Amino acid sequence: METELNFLSAGDQSLVIELGKSIDLELNQKIRDLTSSIEQKSIPGIIELIPSYRSILINFDANVISIPKLKNLFSDLYLNLKNAKLPKPKTIEIPTLFAGKYGPDIEFVARNAKLTIQEVISVYTNNIYPICMIGFTPGFPYLQGLDQRLSTPRLKTPRTSVNPGSVGIADNQTGIYPVKSPGGWQIIGRTPLKLFSPNNKNPFIFNIGDNIKFTSILNEKEFSNIEKNMNLIEENEI
Amino acid sequence: MTQNVIEILDGGLLTTIQDTGRFGFQKFGIPVSGAMDIQSLKIANKLLNNPINAACIEITVIGPKIKFLKDTFISITGANISPKINNKKTQMWQSIKIKKGDILEFKELLDGMRSYIAFVEGIDVEKIMDSRSTYLQGNLGGFKGRKLESGDILKSFKNNDDDNNMHLRKYEPLVYGHEHAIRIILGPQNDYFPPESISTLLNSEYTISLESDRMGYRLNGPTIKHIDTPDIISDGSPYGAIQIPGDGIPIILLADRGTTGGYTKIATIISSDLTKLAQALPGDILKFSVITIEEATKLIKSESQYLESYQEFTNKDEDTIFNIYIDGELIEIIDDTENLYGIKEKLSPPTITKSINAQTKIPQSGHNFDFEIEITRKQSIDEI
Repeated sequence: METELNFLSAGDQSLVIELGKSIDLELNQKIRDLTSSIEQKSIPGIIELIPSYRSILINFDANVISIPKLKNLFSDLYLNLKNAKLPKPKTIEIPTLFAGKYGPDIEFVARNAKLTIQEVISVYTNNIYPICMIGFTPGFPYLQGLDQRLSTPRLKTPRTSVNPGSVGIADNQTGIYPVKSPGGWQIIGRTPLKLFSPNNKNPFIFNIGDNIKFTSILNEKEFSNIEKNMNLIEENEI
Repeated sequence: MTQNVIEILDGGLLTTIQDTGRFGFQKFGIPVSGAMDIQSLKIANKLLNNPINAACIEITVIGPKIKFLKDTFISITGANISPKINNKKTQMWQSIKIKKGDILEFKELLDGMRSYIAFVEGIDVEKIMDSRSTYLQGNLGGFKGRKLESGDILKSFKNNDDDNNMHLRKYEPLVYGHEHAIRIILGPQNDYFPPESISTLLNSEYTISLESDRMGYRLNGPTIKHIDTPDIISDGSPYGAIQIPGDGIPIILLADRGTTGGYTKIATIISSDLTKLAQALPGDILKFSVITIEEATKLIKSESQYLESYQEFTNKDEDTIFNIYIDGELIEIIDDTENLYGIKEKLSPPTITKSINAQTKIPQSGHNFDFEIEITRKQSIDEI
């Protein structure tokens, strides 16, 4: 493990910790661990952290804490990362209805992979996908761990509107659209789960570093049953 | 407890509810939003002794028309969009007493880009993820997640009934102009640029393009070249970062910026100069210079001290306001009698003799008193 962190200057109230310049699962776990270890410490003056694939942006209040002090604190935490007691990543199951009208691009993905649609579903649901970053739109998870065979280029012309819950593939990345937005990813299915509920106490169901496990929903009836249950849960939470 | 405080009669161009921002959710992809000019929002709140992050109305270029539904106090800061109450020019940068039924509207834009109206105890809309700020792209927060429109009725938190005993406050007004010296700190990705590109940024004039909004400002000016690639593996976006995509055209990332992005960021604007940017219009000139983090931190601290620099005045003072009209046009508001004599100096040179209608409120009575003053300016030899 490197003993020194690489700090990048980012203005008078932000600071970047960079751990590397590549997309790498091990690197991303370190980002995740360092992020939770900083958050756990609740250092006065730190407003929030934005972890991404290989770096963390720290926003702080310069009236309360200085950059040299932050650098010392982070270096100490990094050195002691191995001994830190951090919350274990969760694995979140995402029931998904693949193919048909909810997964209009799965045929293209299958042809591209020289697999049948059934094989695509079975390969896709077989893997566990760690969340490396959340961004783009509220709650959009960038997932690692796509089977090489399913790697598919983006749509030539992006859709102006992709429905919430859509599960997509872009090259070797995969992810889920939490809200309606434009998008160019190949859509292979849709989950009835609500990934973003702004009025809930916990608006999001997962965090960076958590794992996603997709399961296959049999039919539209099951899809709408889960959807109804979700709405009930939400009403109770509010 | 809350009470209806205003009805929007006309929404203006882009009128939204904002506080100091939505923090803690950027790691889930939720932008901060909040007032573009945080300093003006804080001053507006300070003028009413509000919590510093109370929700205010942010106005953009063309102001709304607002009807008050109760007696209260407000304050207006930021851009000067000629605010008028019941068709009479009103002061900015101080607490203003409001009567039920009063109409506040805005006329021509004289300086700046965005104004803020604060209400006693702040506007009461539901907090979404710990903030009342409107995030327009996400249809989230503020009033129904959107800009204000005619017919909207807003509530404010109820304060004690001793409104009349409120300590009235005022600040020295801020002015913005159209040329802005913007100080920056290089990084996070300045090593993706050759030295020539850094000097292009520092030695050129950039103007703000029309493709500018609460998310960011795209600039016009010399393009900035990369050593190699303009792309990085997506990472967090700092407030005020100057992003340089492949076409070399700088984009400054502002309040509604996406939380992460995949383009190089050559530099970051210091916090104290974000106010200038929020008040800069398309076409305004920006000149960048580098300062150290230590200097920038000192500026942040002096800004916090500035917030405590208000003066207090009493209701009685407010009643002795002289509105000076020339030929029916309001030319000056004078809030103490001594200054009235100064009016002579403010008349434009060709004016030799003018009859002036003045108006004053008689203290405590609430009645207006109109009078005429004859001002005679001696003709100088040159003019004859």
